[in-house]
Amino acid sequence: MDVLTENFSLYGEGFWGTVKLTVYSSLLALAVGVLMAGFRVAPVRALRVVGTTWVTVLRNTPLTLLFFAMLLGLPRFGVALPFELFAVLALGCYTSSFICEAVRSGINTVPVGQGEAARSLGMTFGQTLGAVVLPQAFRSVIAPIGSTLIALAKNSAIAGSFSVVELLSTYKTLSENGYSVVWSFVWIAVGYLILTLAISALFHAMERRWGVAR
Amino acid sequence: MRTPTPPSRTAPSGTGSSAGGPRVLGRGLVAAVLLAATAACGASGSPPARGPQPEQLPHYDVAEDFSLPSSPTWKSAHRRGELTVGVKEDQPGMGEKNPATGEYTGFDVEIAKMMAASLGFDPDKQIEYKAIASANRETALQNGQIDYYVGTYTINEGRKKLVGFAGPYYIAGQRLLVRRDEKQLKGPQDMAGRKICSAVGSTPLQRIQADHPRAVAVAYDSYAICVDNLLNHQVDAVTTDDTILLGYAAKDPERLKVVGKAFSEEPYGIGVPRQDRALARALDKALVARERSGDWKRAYDATLGLSGRPAPEPPRVDPALTR
Repeated sequence: MDVLTENFSLYGEGFWGTVKLTVYSSLLALAVGVLMAGFRVAPVRALRVVGTTWVTVLRNTPLTLLFFAMLLGLPRFGVALPFELFAVLALGCYTSSFICEAVRSGINTVPVGQGEAARSLGMTFGQTLGAVVLPQAFRSVIAPIGSTLIALAKNSAIAGSFSVVELLSTYKTLSENGYSVVWSFVWIAVGYLILTLAISALFHAMERRWGVAR
Repeated sequence: MRTPTPPSRTAPSGTGSSAGGPRVLGRGLVAAVLLAATAACGASGSPPARGPQPEQLPHYDVAEDFSLPSSPTWKSAHRRGELTVGVKEDQPGMGEKNPATGEYTGFDVEIAKMMAASLGFDPDKQIEYKAIASANRETALQNGQIDYYVGTYTINEGRKKLVGFAGPYYIAGQRLLVRRDEKQLKGPQDMAGRKICSAVGSTPLQRIQADHPRAVAVAYDSYAICVDNLLNHQVDAVTTDDTILLGYAAKDPERLKVVGKAFSEEPYGIGVPRQDRALARALDKALVARERSGDWKRAYDATLGLSGRPAPEPPRVDPALTR
């Protein structure tokens, strides 16, 4: 208990850092993921290629490698951004590939007749996707997207090794200052649980409100 | 280089090895020749290896008939027939692992070896090294994963509650490593607005954050990444104990230098399990003997001394640590 009370501000900073990373990366991942899912089902071949390449490259690359590429590679080409932005980019892009696949599988659950009906009314591809298909797809992918975002929250721990303040790396400071590692980790785990349970609760509520009843 | 295609793929079915064999053999030969050629190029074109050379390292006389029955750590190591020693693997000059040969070199490693010799173990055959990162040192000692730890381990109050210490065997201090062409950054007073890199959570980093709030602190997991960033102009300085910085400077003297006076005092100790006072006392005695016999200075000259800094006086062993 002493570890927590004596280092409350350190834990607080770390927790807040993890929350910020999770929220910003989630927003980026959702935006890019939905866009890429749209690309993957688009009637234009070039867009499908972009979407497929995006998912193939990012989903199959270790996240740590992405961080190294962003933080050590990009500066060599003259791109110097704040570390937090690098981390959000790496986490967001990585997670977007999983979101994309979840959304795409959601799109596949929408009966073909829906898209055909929309087209027969003269809707464009964008209108069909945005007004007819995605709203229905969204209802069936709430649970998998929730899981993906929980994974994102935990993956954000990697950013701590790359000059970003986040929860897990607080243990290094605490251990350096002579606190017991076990108790440092217990409170770190509690911090992650607060965050991930909050995400679970949010998605559970969304599922009850909008989920498909079968 | 691409590996030769296995015969089962290239040879048409039925003809067997008589058709596929020679072709594959030929390809394999080409590959082998190319490999040998590139290896030869690497050997002749690479710069002369810097850092401690194995043949120049001193040898330590092994204490015969040494016995320390009051130390549980020594007793179990004696029963196993070897010591397990925790070291660092990424600190040139202090404790560095050669990724090709798996050998450890550096001043800390030499200290570990001479201590083993004084405890009656052959330093070349009866030491098993374990690379332990800073954050895991206390746990490793408490769990008995290592018998003692020699790796830029600063003796401080917090750690004294968790582990025991022998020594100190060296006094380091926090300084700055900068690019050779750096003109403005000469010490901690010039750090305002500059990016200063160190290891996540380390004492040097905490000191920068607390005492020099106008400096921009950057934190990575390892100093190697910090040095890479320094060379690529991503950060302006790397800060930690001068021992570690001197090691990097000695590796790349055309591009790096250590500047300024030390702005902290870091007495390095040998970490031992907390309850094993007998082992700590034996190590203290061994340190004093090795300093007197000149082994300490020989070890310094063969490792840290390569950075050009002459050997300082060894610090006085602190008897209060083992009381």
